[in-house]
This record gives sequence, C-alpha cells and structure tokens, in this order.
Amino acid sequence: MTIQEKQKQIIGEFAEFDDWMDKYDLLIELSKDLSPLEAKFKTDEFLIKACQSRVWLVPELIDGKLYFRADSDAIIVKGIIALLVDVLSGREPAEIAQNELFFIDQIGLSENLSPTRSNGLLAMVKQMKLYALAFQAQLEKQQSNGNE
Amino acid sequence: MIDIQQIRSDFPILNRKVHGKDLVYFDNAATTQKPQVVLDEIVRYYSEVNSNIHRGVHALSQESTDLFEQARKEVQQFIHARHTSEIVFTAGATAGINAIANGFERSILQSGDEVLVSSLEHHANIVPWQMACEKTGAKLRIIPMNDQGELLVNELDELLTDRTRILALNHVSNSLGTVNPAALIIEKAHARGIPVLIDAAQSIQHIPIDVSELNCDFLVFSGHKIYAPTGIGVLYGKQEWLEKLPPYQGGGDMIKSVSFEKTVYNPPPFKFEAGTMNYVGAHALATALQYLKQVGIEQLANYEQDLLRYATAKLSAIEGLRIIGTADQKVSVLSFVMENIHQYDVGMVLDKLGIAVRTGTHCNEPVMKRLGIDGTVRASFSFYNTHEEIDRLAAGLERIKLMFG
Repeated sequence: MTIQEKQKQIIGEFAEFDDWMDKYDLLIELSKDLSPLEAKFKTDEFLIKACQSRVWLVPELIDGKLYFRADSDAIIVKGIIALLVDVLSGREPAEIAQNELFFIDQIGLSENLSPTRSNGLLAMVKQMKLYALAFQAQLEKQQSNGNE
Repeated sequence: MIDIQQIRSDFPILNRKVHGKDLVYFDNAATTQKPQVVLDEIVRYYSEVNSNIHRGVHALSQESTDLFEQARKEVQQFIHARHTSEIVFTAGATAGINAIANGFERSILQSGDEVLVSSLEHHANIVPWQMACEKTGAKLRIIPMNDQGELLVNELDELLTDRTRILALNHVSNSLGTVNPAALIIEKAHARGIPVLIDAAQSIQHIPIDVSELNCDFLVFSGHKIYAPTGIGVLYGKQEWLEKLPPYQGGGDMIKSVSFEKTVYNPPPFKFEAGTMNYVGAHALATALQYLKQVGIEQLANYEQDLLRYATAKLSAIEGLRIIGTADQKVSVLSFVMENIHQYDVGMVLDKLGIAVRTGTHCNEPVMKRLGIDGTVRASFSFYNTHEEIDRLAAGLERIKLMFG
C-alpha cells in the first residue's frame, strides 16, 4: 500500500465516528498496539522535548528502508504516533520525504499539530521528514560511489 | 446573596457552545472573560471619542486625555494608592516587572548584590531578574517552599542579607493558588531596608488589595486577568521609587524637553509611559474595575471561596486524583494530577466535553520540579462559574478514568 492509500484507509476508519469520544477511544486502542520503546532509547538523544508532553523518535535504516520507533508519555499523542509510524515506517526514504501527510488534518486531529500545543508531535513529523531526507542523501551517495 | 445567573448574563461568551456542548470556562487564571459593559465601552470609545491623548488641543483629544486620567484615578482608588502619579499604565504585569528589573539593573544592582524571589514565581517574575543579574553580576536567591506549596517564611531571616537589593514576590501562585503572606514578608524585608515588588497578576481579581496598607514598594498586575482587555496593565510604585528609578523606554510623551545634547524626563508616571499608550485599554480597565465594585468585590471573593471548597471536596472524592497545592490560604485555583493518566490526555478529553482547563507546567517549571511532577491540570474558577459546572468537570474526570483506565 502506498502512503497515499494508507492515509485514505485511516481517514475511512475515522469517518465512521461522529463522536469525539469514539475517536479518542480508537486512538487509545491504537496506542496500545504500538510496540513499546525500550528504555535504552528513552534518552535525551531521541527525546523531542515540549512543555505539554514528551515524544521519543528512533530512526533506523535497514536494507534501504527507513523504520521508525516512537513513544510518548501522553496516550492520545501516542495514538497519533502509532498512526504516523503505520503510515511512514518501513518505506524507502525518498517515498517518505516526497509524500504529503494529510490524514491528521482530515480526521480532525490537526489541532494536535499546532505549534502552540507544544506536545512534540509537530516537531516529530518534521523530524521524520528530516531523517528521510538525510537517509535519502546517504543512499544516493552510496549508489553514486558504487557506480564509480 | 449574589445572583450568579444574572452575573453570567453579563458575559456574552458564556453562552457559547464548544464541540456542541455548553462552554465550561475554567481557565480564568490564564485570562478572564469580559462583561458586556467593557465590550460596549471599547466600541463606544472608538466610535465616539477616539483621539490620541496628551497631545492635541482639540476637543476629542481633551476628552480622550480626560478618560485616560480618570482611568488612572479609578485604578488609584481600586488599589488605594496615595497619589495618581504612582499609577503607571503598562502593557501588562510582565512589562511592569521588566520595567523595574531594568531600572534596578541600570541604577542599583552591582556585582555581589542579591535579588530575592520565591520558589513559587511565574517565569515572568524570574527571567527579568535573571537578566538583570546576568548583566550586573548580582545573584538570584530563592525563598523555598514546602510540599503543600507554602513558602518557608522562617528562612527569610537568613535569606535577607546586607546585599539584598530587592525582593520580588507573587501575591498568589498561578499554578497552585497559594496566597503568600505578603504583608508579613514585606514587613520582614522593610525591617532590613529592602524594597518589595508584589506580582499581583493572580491576586488582583480575587483579593481586595490596599497598597498603602500592604506597604509594598511596587505592585504589578494585568488588565486581562481582571475582566479587562489584553495589552493593558498597571505598575504601581511608591512616589519616591518612581522618581528615583530611570525610565526603561524612551520616546514621546515621557519627556519634558528634548535636544540632541540633553533630554529631560517628565515626572512620574509619565516618565514610564513612552509612546502612545493603550488609552482605550486603560478606559476599559477602569470600566471593568467599576463593574466589580458595583457587583461587590467582597461577596464575589466569598463566592469564589465557596466554589474552591466545593470543587476541592468534589475532586478529592475521585479515586486516583491528587490535588497539587494544598496551602491553607488559596484562591479559586485547583491544580491536580490523575494517577497513570497524562495531563495532556485529561485536557484533550475535557476540551471535547466543552470544559476549558489548562494543562502543563503553567510557566512554573521550578514549582513542578520542586514537587517532582511534570505538570498538572489546572481548573481556575471565577465568580461566573457554578457548582453545576464543577459537577460537569467531576463527571468528565470519572469518564476519563474509564477511558484511560
């Protein structure tokens, strides 16, 4: 499934709920599915500090694909993180870097990405894109070195 | 007995719906809502009077100047200052603190001097002093607090030294609601000849204030926390202090004469009012103060204490909820944490139930660190809030427990 298709699928899932409480219940469920981040990664190196909640993001490149592991101390934030990981993790860096993220807005959770919320999510989305760009550049360099 | 429904009808925003629910506004410590009479006066001012003050010879300018100076008088009476010249209009409490910290930095503080603040201060009463200390080599010292959120006043005897140049203290803690024993602390400081600045941003709206009786040397507050608009605030300073300190901003209206060689400043308060002042804001503030007097400040304060008692009892009954800040003397501010549930999650869900609270560290990181927590949920009540609204908060919190449990 492409990033586009995956996002549409999520939008469809959330469209079934009118009540905010149901949407939050779903996010709480999703947060439970997110594999817990080992304590060794919960360090300042991977921490995105914000004054409302804390977010940790760990990138890893395996066989040309970029994987993300992430966590937060707030459950609703963690639910949104689970969606982000679901959409972006395990793809080629170029694909992550190029695709626009629109599902958070469409399922009505964009307020969580407002800079004034200061919950770490906005910084995390930016950081995911930056990692993608960095790993993309690294891969391209390796390829051009290999071609020489 | 005050008629709360009548009072509520004075505040149009309280009719609003949020996410389809009747708004419950419990974020009054961040900013208060405005009564219709204040809103009307802002519109009337711009529609009928607007003209810049202190400058024109024409009728509107005179009218505008009169309203501005009447507002100063209203504030003077409200806080019982001796002279109108002791009332400086500012942009808010933060601006007032910065003005004094800047004045001390440039004319009083020297390397090795000390500035004393309390561990309960809002960042606005820490950072300006830190900046002044950085520039001058003075040292910032802190009055500690106990687990209930009360200052350890006994420590003052050691903390007030021959090098202490000023004590800056909030009257009421913004995150915990603690009412500090300001009069006692001021007395102790004065006994050693040390001036005191009181940050009244969180007390002016809850506690009748008499600066002459309190005998503080400076006092600041923000209009928007006392039912007036944003962008207007008050700096009270004793006449002798305002004369002594240098102005913190240069510009028009604060000068007596200007030449390229030498500028002579106006006397206070004008010395501290550079540029075009927020005269509409000042008038709106005076209107808000009149409104409070009319409804009855004492009985509003009593009713808010009743709300605090009711909410404290109601929320204490929720299992797993812990109230943060249990000082004997509090205003109607209730901070709490819930076991195993992050404050952000609590705030997010309450919002969708139409209940506005604040979550996080409340510009109070040292307090949170001292109490070993990373934030709280804060519900802060005003006289337009009701027992029914507190019931809705309690019900919301029970629901949140089920969701996240």
